[in-house]
Amino acid sequence: MIGLISYLVFFTTVASILAIAVMGLNLHWGFTGLFNGGVVASFGAGAYATLILGGTPQAGHLGGYGWPWPLALAGGLVAAGVLAWIVGVLTLRLRRDYLAIATFGVAVTFENVMRNAQGLAGGAQGVRGFERPLQDVIGTGLSYNVFFLAVTLAALILTYVVLERLVRSPFGRLLRAIREDEEAARALGKSPTRVRLTSFVFGSVVIGLAGGLYGTFYAFVSPQDVLPILTFQIWAMLIVGGAGNNRGAVAGTFLIWGAWTASGWALARFAPVEAQLYTGSVQFILIGLVIVGMLLWRPEGLFPERLAPASKTADDRGKLEPGSVT
Amino acid sequence: MLEVAGLTAGYVPGLPILRQVSLTVPEASLTAIIGPNGAGKSTLVKAVAGLVPVEGGTVRLAGRDITGIRPDRMARAGVAYVPQSDNIFRGLTVRQNLDLALRAHPGAARGRVAELEADFPVLADKARVRAGALSGGQRQMLAVAMALAGRPRLILMDEPSAGLSPRAAEEVLDLARGLTARGVTVLLVEQNVKQALKRADHCYILAEGRNQVDGPPADLMADGVVAKIYLGHTRMAPA
Amino acid sequence: MIQHLVDGILVGSLLSLGAIGLTMVMHILRFANFSHAELLSLGAYAALVFDGVFAAILPPLAAQIGPLSMTGALALAVLASMAFTGASALVIDRLVFRRVRAKGGELSMVFASFGVALILRNAVGLIFGLHGQLYSKDIVFAVVLSRDPLLLVKPDQIAALAVALVLMLALHLVLSRTTFGYALRAVGENPGLAQVHGVNLTATIRWVWLIGGGLAAVAGIFYGLSYQITPVMGRDLVLPIFAATIVGGIGSIYGAVLGGFVVGIAQNLALVALPSGYSPSVPFLMILLVLLIRPQGLFGEGRA
Repeated sequence: MIGLISYLVFFTTVASILAIAVMGLNLHWGFTGLFNGGVVASFGAGAYATLILGGTPQAGHLGGYGWPWPLALAGGLVAAGVLAWIVGVLTLRLRRDYLAIATFGVAVTFENVMRNAQGLAGGAQGVRGFERPLQDVIGTGLSYNVFFLAVTLAALILTYVVLERLVRSPFGRLLRAIREDEEAARALGKSPTRVRLTSFVFGSVVIGLAGGLYGTFYAFVSPQDVLPILTFQIWAMLIVGGAGNNRGAVAGTFLIWGAWTASGWALARFAPVEAQLYTGSVQFILIGLVIVGMLLWRPEGLFPERLAPASKTADDRGKLEPGSVT
Repeated sequence: MLEVAGLTAGYVPGLPILRQVSLTVPEASLTAIIGPNGAGKSTLVKAVAGLVPVEGGTVRLAGRDITGIRPDRMARAGVAYVPQSDNIFRGLTVRQNLDLALRAHPGAARGRVAELEADFPVLADKARVRAGALSGGQRQMLAVAMALAGRPRLILMDEPSAGLSPRAAEEVLDLARGLTARGVTVLLVEQNVKQALKRADHCYILAEGRNQVDGPPADLMADGVVAKIYLGHTRMAPA
Repeated sequence: MIQHLVDGILVGSLLSLGAIGLTMVMHILRFANFSHAELLSLGAYAALVFDGVFAAILPPLAAQIGPLSMTGALALAVLASMAFTGASALVIDRLVFRRVRAKGGELSMVFASFGVALILRNAVGLIFGLHGQLYSKDIVFAVVLSRDPLLLVKPDQIAALAVALVLMLALHLVLSRTTFGYALRAVGENPGLAQVHGVNLTATIRWVWLIGGGLAAVAGIFYGLSYQITPVMGRDLVLPIFAATIVGGIGSIYGAVLGGFVVGIAQNLALVALPSGYSPSVPFLMILLVLLIRPQGLFGEGRA
């Protein structure tokens, strides 16, 4: 019984952390129409910076500044925001798939640098030596995990409330306007590039928050935590939940994370030993199938946005509309 | 030659821009369509060219029903369309543009490019120049030459004088007028009402997606009706 | 240094072949196809299978051609794999991209392409195993082109470069001398107008996939011949190929050719200054550099 409870606590903590990241991505994709191919870079920036700033001194690499946890976490958010700002400034004024390519590139490069830069972040061994906040008061084990679940849920609720208020504010309406009709928004005297940049940075900071919590929870982060598959998992969660809907995003996260862990468990349990090497491949194919399948059969997600229907973006090239492309 | 009957068309199903538009263009004549902005003039020629979905009505060319056939098959059916802007391929040379236009007409004679270049000497001079480097008037010439490549029976022109200098505009409109002498039927949408009426055999006035009045240019001018529409004083009942 | 330069040119020619198809798709179908690089690995594995089949049916073909490790069977397999990969690209378009295109915007296609890439890559891994494979177990020694400075090149790599250059020349002739080539360029520039002039868009898109898939197959096979064939070669090549298209300017075929060489050379020259572990980061640095200095790329026409 205790085993089940502690597993549920663990599962809910990780799923809640991921749900925060999914809501950050939702601000990008669902509300602004930005394609972020490198969710994992913001996530990783948050995790690495939090651990480096808040950790105890380590031999051989940067870090161990021992900042109080809230400050270290804030540093993680700043790191994620700065990284997003650089990418956004360079790509948001260009054709929209540049952002997809550049963000994907950032993620690949982030992982590559973390894996190789021993002196920066411990290389392949990752960053250790992090004291989780209040651990000396609460102790380790289930009690600490329950405490951290409470912290995570508080962050989840806070993120939800802030994002909901944001999308209902004039700024949120502006985002929607730009997503639906860029020309009209421009005509109103709003700079779509700047609004997009704000949204991109803010969403990335939210993803960085998830990364910071994740790093704190495990008190450890390594290049294995920032592999591209995490980006694809987070996408699958959003698209299952329904882009543009934060409640759906949270529901989609729990659904997909549940399915992912269940499939991993089932494969580990029932697949023959010689096939164990391939369980990852099977799970990756499943994630790919979820993404493609949702786009084909239920692009609005299982819990679609109830407000305005997401319409096709108009072709703004001012040329002839092609006739029937079948 | 061209008979449009009760044409209803628009980009979005259920939201037609054109409602029940009918017109007839006799063979080897120049018919102009004029009307205020947003009247649906461009949509009308695009619908005839197969570029806008048709919801109702028919388009017949010399008795043959060509309603809503695919745009890439229109050329072979004898209908050529010259869009208002972006009507040439800027990245191709002038000669390549003409060759491409001829590709849709495998039956065209070998010397067709030479014939076109004889008709439009400026295109011969600039054969190897990227079409994007041509002047506005030259581009319209090229666009018209491309449309003529397959010896169409009907040529649809969408505001060919838009954006041109007054002189180039007159040249292009004279060119359109001259086509009828070679047996080509021309349907022309024009903002430049005065110049269009000067050259047209017959004129239709369109407003709010419907036929208003039509007649020979002289009659319309005498009516003073054109001026009224353009000044926006009178909202006329559908014809 | 000079060895890095030569290696860069050799790899660059393969990146160019991959980038040509990608840039065509990005230009004509207007989406960044993250599954394009998987076509390279699909082509490489298809050739592995065809090679085995041809060598078994016609044993004389299993002999090596001159100094190459390449056999007659593999040469035939290249052609078969080009057809197979082109056809696969078409099938993927029909099953996924065409249907997503009908429903959503360009970004849904980008999204879908990541899904397709995940499925293809891991399906290949499941079928052929995660370990690297070789077309030939015979070791072919590199030829010493010069001793000072030391310059080593494998005959296979020279053959790859030659084939890549021939294919590029052939494509250039098609694009600049045939009305079919004009039609391809016309659709890229203005699909609506191309239709007005009788170009069948559906057929043109089909050709884009066939050409792009065929060239990707050649790139994948020669990459596999130069190094080894692995299920993750698509994952490793996707960023260099995208970098090549951005360096050259998205939509420009000539830009893609040049971009491929630039990225290949840069990635190899970077080895002089950086530890080899950082090699995967170089394409991204190139992308950043281009976006900073000349966002439209070398041959691009700005915001397309």
